[in-house]
Amino acid sequence: MWGGGAAARALTRALGRRRAAGALPGAAGGLRGTLQNYSWKIQLKSGSTLPVSKTEIKSSMLTVKRLFSTSHPSVDSKEMKKFQLLAHKWWDEEGEYSALHSMNDIRVPFIRDTLLNMSSNYHLGNPLSGVKILDVGCGGGLLSEPLGRLGASVTGIDPLEDNIRTADQHKSFDPVLAKRIQYKSSSLEEIVEESMETFDVIVASEVVEHVADLEMFIKCCSQVLKPEGSLFITTINKTQLSYVLGIVVAEKIMGIVPEGTHEWEKFVPPEELERLLESNGFSVKTVNGMLYNPLSGSWSWMESTSINYAIHAVKSGARGQSSPTDALSELESEQPSATAGTAV
Amino acid sequence: MAVAWGRGRLAPLAGRLRAGSRAPLRSVAAAAAPLYDVVVSGGGMVGSAMAAVLGHDIHFHDKKIALLEAGPRKEYDHIPDSYSNRVSSISPGSATLLSSFGAWDHVCSLRLKPFRRMQVWDACSEAMIVFEKDDLEDMGYIVENDVIMSALTKQLDAVADRVEVFYRSRAVGYTWPLPSHSCDTSPWVQIELADGRRLQTKLLIGADGHNSAVRKEAEIKNIEHRYDQSAVVATLHLSEATDNNVAWQRFLPTGPIALLPWSNVNHSDFIDTAGAMFRSAISLLKPSGTAVRQLPPSVAKVDPGSRAMFPLGMGHATEYVQHRVALIGDAAHRVHPLAGQGVNLGFGDIACLAHHLSAAAFNGSDLGSLKHLLKFETERQRHNVSLIAAVDLLKRLYSTRLAPLVLLRTWGLQATNALPPVKEQIMAFASK
Repeated sequence: MWGGGAAARALTRALGRRRAAGALPGAAGGLRGTLQNYSWKIQLKSGSTLPVSKTEIKSSMLTVKRLFSTSHPSVDSKEMKKFQLLAHKWWDEEGEYSALHSMNDIRVPFIRDTLLNMSSNYHLGNPLSGVKILDVGCGGGLLSEPLGRLGASVTGIDPLEDNIRTADQHKSFDPVLAKRIQYKSSSLEEIVEESMETFDVIVASEVVEHVADLEMFIKCCSQVLKPEGSLFITTINKTQLSYVLGIVVAEKIMGIVPEGTHEWEKFVPPEELERLLESNGFSVKTVNGMLYNPLSGSWSWMESTSINYAIHAVKSGARGQSSPTDALSELESEQPSATAGTAV
Repeated sequence: MAVAWGRGRLAPLAGRLRAGSRAPLRSVAAAAAPLYDVVVSGGGMVGSAMAAVLGHDIHFHDKKIALLEAGPRKEYDHIPDSYSNRVSSISPGSATLLSSFGAWDHVCSLRLKPFRRMQVWDACSEAMIVFEKDDLEDMGYIVENDVIMSALTKQLDAVADRVEVFYRSRAVGYTWPLPSHSCDTSPWVQIELADGRRLQTKLLIGADGHNSAVRKEAEIKNIEHRYDQSAVVATLHLSEATDNNVAWQRFLPTGPIALLPWSNVNHSDFIDTAGAMFRSAISLLKPSGTAVRQLPPSVAKVDPGSRAMFPLGMGHATEYVQHRVALIGDAAHRVHPLAGQGVNLGFGDIACLAHHLSAAAFNGSDLGSLKHLLKFETERQRHNVSLIAAVDLLKRLYSTRLAPLVLLRTWGLQATNALPPVKEQIMAFASK
C-alpha cells in the first residue's frame, strides 16, 4: 500500500491497478480498496525485504559522500544521510512518500485559507498571487509545486543537493511553475544574510522533527520573515501515542514511513513549540491536530494534537513593540476632537 | 457481454503500462509544443459543454483549455424555420448545468418545448404508468441539438481568452506519459493532429462519442452490445390542437415508439386558451388528474425529408479514467434512447468532473492526478451503471411477447404506477 516492500509493490504492479477490468465497473472502487489491503498483507510477510532497513542506513553512512554542509546547527548530518537514499523517490505518488503526497490535501487548503482570511485583496483564480513563500526543507518540492500553482512565488531550500536536483527537474516540464519556483541547495542559516525580512510566508512542513537546534531554526525564520508574516509548521508530537503509532506502527509494521526516518527523541510537543515561538517574537494563532488514516491513505483534521499537528504563527510587527495596527488605533484615539463636532 | 469479457481476459495484463507509443525524449521539438492544462477531444454537445463549463469556472481563470473538433465551425446566427429531427430530451438537472454558465438563456431565447407529463404503456396489455410532478413543474425539455450547439458555441466565444477551439482538427495520435515519473520523458500527454501540429496537455478529456479514439488508444476495455435495431426519427404534424406538453411512449414487441412534444405551431392562441380552460373545468369535477387516461394526439402527416435512421447499441467502458485521461459522455457509456437519458448522462458526467477539477485546481493539485479522477469515476459509475442496466433490462423485458414476461411486466408497471413514492424516486434519479 505504501513504501517499503519492493516485492509487495512489484506484485501490485503485476496485478495491475486495473485487474478489476473483468468485474462489474461499479465495484471498481471497492476492488481497488481490496487490492490495497491485499498488498498490505504481503507487506507484513515480507518485512525482511524492506529496502531501507536500519542496518542498511548505518552501513551506507560510511560510504555516502558529503553532499551537504553540516556546519549549521539547524542541519543534522545523520538526518541528511537518511534522506539521501530516497532522493529519487519523491514523486512516486504511491511510493515511500505517498503519505506526504496525500498530506497536501489538508496542508495546502490550510495555508491557502489562512492566508486568504488575512488578506482582503485576492482573485479566486490565482489566490496566492504576489505572495512570497519560503519552503524550508522542501525535499522534492511536494509542497512547493501546489503553492506555486496557486500563484505564489516560492523559494524552496533543502540542504540535500539530490533533493534539489529532483525538485528542479520535476518543475522544469511546466513553464509556469518553472518561473514561479526557485530551488536552492542550502540550509536556513545560509540564506539568512541575503534574505532578511524578504518573505511573506515561511512553510516548514515535517521539518522541525529533523533539525538539531530548534530555537536557532525559529530565530532564523524570524529574521527571514517580514513583519506580520506567517509561519506554518507541521510536525509530530512527543507522546506515548505518537511513539506507538508514529514509529512502531508507521515505520516498523505498516511501512507508511521508511524505517529509521523518525526518532521519537526529536519529536516536539506543541506546548514547547509554542513556548519557543512566543519567546522569539511570534504570536501563535492556530494549533490543529492531524490524523492519518492508513486504510484510505488520507489525512484529516482532529481535535487532539497527540500525534501530528499543524501550527500557524504570525511574526509580530517590527519598529519597537507596537504593531502597525496598534499605531493606527493610537492615531484614531487622537482624532475624537476633530470628529466630535460632527457626531450627533 | 460474455464476448467482451473473453476478449478482455485474453489480452495481456498490461496493468498501468500501455502498449501505445512511448513518451518522447526531452527533445527541443517536444518541448516546443504548446502546453495546455486541459484538452477536450470532441466538439459535440458534451465536449463543447465540458470546455465551456471549465472556461467559466473561476478557479480555471488562469488556465489554458483547448477543444478539438474534427468538423468545421458551424454558424448558428439564425435558426431555420423548419425543425431539425435531431432532438434531445433535456432533464431539469442538465438544464441547471447549462444555466450555470449562461447557455440555458440562449436555448430559451431560441426554441425549446417543455413537457409536464409522461405516459408510458404496454402494447400487449392495458398496463400504463404516468409520470408527472405534483406541482405540475416541467419534467423535462425537448430541444433541438442544433439549438444546444448554438448556445454552447456562443458561451465558448465568451471565454475565448481561456478556451481555444481548434476546428477541422482531428487528433491522429496520442502519446501517453509513463505512470512513474522518469527523468528524461515528458510527463504530459502528447497529441498529434492530422495537420502535423502537436499539443501537450496535463489532462485529456475524451468526449468523442461511442467510437471514442481516446478510449481505444488508452486501451480501455469497453463492454458493448449492439442491439440489432435501428431508431427511426421523423417530425410529425398533429391533426388536432393540443397543449402538446405530454410525452408519450408505447412499448411494442418490435421496440418502443415515442411521441415527443415539439411545438404549438399551427394553433392559434385562442384555441390554446380555450383548451386550457376546458381542461381546468374538467379537473374541478374530477380532482384526481392521474385517473384520467389521456389519449395521445393523432398524426396528420410526416414532415417531408425529416425521416432518418441510426443504429442502436449499448456500451460501457470498464474504466472512465486513467493517469491524465478521463472519458465523458458517449465515449464512456452508450444507452438505448427509450428513457431519453443519453445526453443527460453526459451532462451529469460534466457536472461531476468539473466539480472535482475545480476543487483540484483550487488546491493547487496536478490536474491529471488519478486521486481526484478516481473520485469522479466512482461517483459516476455508481450512478450510470444502475441506470444503463435498468434501461437495458427494460428494453429486453419489453421486447418479448412471452406470456409470463408480459404478465410480470404488466404487474410491475401497474404496481409502480400505484406507488407515488416509487415513481418520485424514479423521476428524481432520471432528472439528475
